[in-house]
Amino acid sequence: MYPKDLKYDTEHEWVKVDGDTATIGISDFAQDQLGEVVYVDLPAVGDEIIAGESFGEVESVKSVSELVSPLSGDIVEVNETLGDAPETVNEDCYGDGWMIKIKMADPAQTDDLMSSDEYEAFITEEA
Amino acid sequence: MTDEMLHTPLYEEHLALGARVVPFAGWAMPVQYAGIIEEHKAVRSSAGVFDVCHMAEFRFFGLDALEGLQAIVTNDLEKIAEIGSALYTVMCDEDGGIIDDLIVYHTGDIEYLIIANASNRQTDWDWITGHLPETVEAVDESDRTGLIAFQGPKAIDIITELAGVGFEVPERFHIAEAVLGGDIPVLLARTGYTGEDGVEILCHEGHAVAIWRLLLSFAEVTPCGLGARDTLRLEMGYPLYGSDMDRGVDPISAGLGWVVPKSKSGFIGAEAIARIRERGVERTLVGLVVSEGVPRHEYPVLHGGTEVGKVASGTFSPTLGHGIATAYVPVDLSAPGTELVIAIRKKEVVATVVRPPFVKETSLSAHTS
Repeated sequence: MYPKDLKYDTEHEWVKVDGDTATIGISDFAQDQLGEVVYVDLPAVGDEIIAGESFGEVESVKSVSELVSPLSGDIVEVNETLGDAPETVNEDCYGDGWMIKIKMADPAQTDDLMSSDEYEAFITEEA
Repeated sequence: MTDEMLHTPLYEEHLALGARVVPFAGWAMPVQYAGIIEEHKAVRSSAGVFDVCHMAEFRFFGLDALEGLQAIVTNDLEKIAEIGSALYTVMCDEDGGIIDDLIVYHTGDIEYLIIANASNRQTDWDWITGHLPETVEAVDESDRTGLIAFQGPKAIDIITELAGVGFEVPERFHIAEAVLGGDIPVLLARTGYTGEDGVEILCHEGHAVAIWRLLLSFAEVTPCGLGARDTLRLEMGYPLYGSDMDRGVDPISAGLGWVVPKSKSGFIGAEAIARIRERGVERTLVGLVVSEGVPRHEYPVLHGGTEVGKVASGTFSPTLGHGIATAYVPVDLSAPGTELVIAIRKKEVVATVVRPPFVKETSLSAHTS
């Protein structure tokens, strides 16, 4: 449910670090809470995002959730396939349902993120 | 939180099915089981079952029941002179403000049944009984009546099978007694809120679980929550009390002039509504479609950069794959094809006026055309 090679934040996003690039998506807990995703609004390549600030939105039939960035950086890639197939977020949240890739402004920010075990403890507590 | 909520007789069934339970009009109700879109599509293509036991059921009896109710509802109960027929209507206050929308069923010689919104139960009861002559016996049977909606293109075949040999399913907007599964007495009303053919099953609350399980024993039947109920009804443009209409809106503005026959007079609000008809409405409820994003209740509707209204009902249409909404807008912006804008939070998206229903082809449209 919560892959060990990813890091997580309290907004239920996951981060996969590869050098100074980070891939960001939402966790299995988040996609389950949302229900069937019908719309994903993402920034454009080249946009700058800032840790703690909204970089987009994800909507289900019943609700809207802000996507709050766990890290600062510049967008280098956006998952365009989510425009036509937003349900991919539910079907494969850690794989094809990824949302953005960024070039991190400060890789040390990842130190503040939770490990898989810490995140699991966090959502147990939240629930 | 849901501990203080009212529970329908099916509450434990919902928990057992893994439903997500939310508060609704004081009740703990299932909003979804497997998922709103999946449930929605099951109703459009096969059959779905909904717990609507929270709704209000009032019974009226007496030689004066017809005249008494005629003076309260806007639609003409002479249209349901035939025993077993039913009629959609609203009831209004003296100013023409909508108190609630209702279905009135003519259940017997001098007997009527009204099904009303759960959220308006007390208001409706006080209003109706406050205006009925004392010679009409009125009973609020909401607490003891189970109501299960069974909707979808396969619903009628299944209910016919369950009702056994010799049972004739009532026509659309009719109600009939039946016995399901050999020993469960019910009233079957061929009405609904999904745009699909189907029935609403009235029973003693003690029988609700048995009926629910009986229906779900068919592989074609999916349990559906209030989430799918809302997307299904909005695709049909059916109004929801509290979103599309309320006490501050008259039936003409709400697009419900068809439930206020011009030939009828002498009901509460008749004079006010006649005046509104004569001078014309300023704002009217329209359908809107958007190509991106999901419009939701209270989002601003703009024209030429100025706010001209707010979204009344809005959702994602699972059938169409895009957002749909209703909104009250000035009459001169209400023609189909008019391009407005909905502010979906930070983003402004083009919203085109259309005439509901948003979804034209259903088992019901096939049935009635």
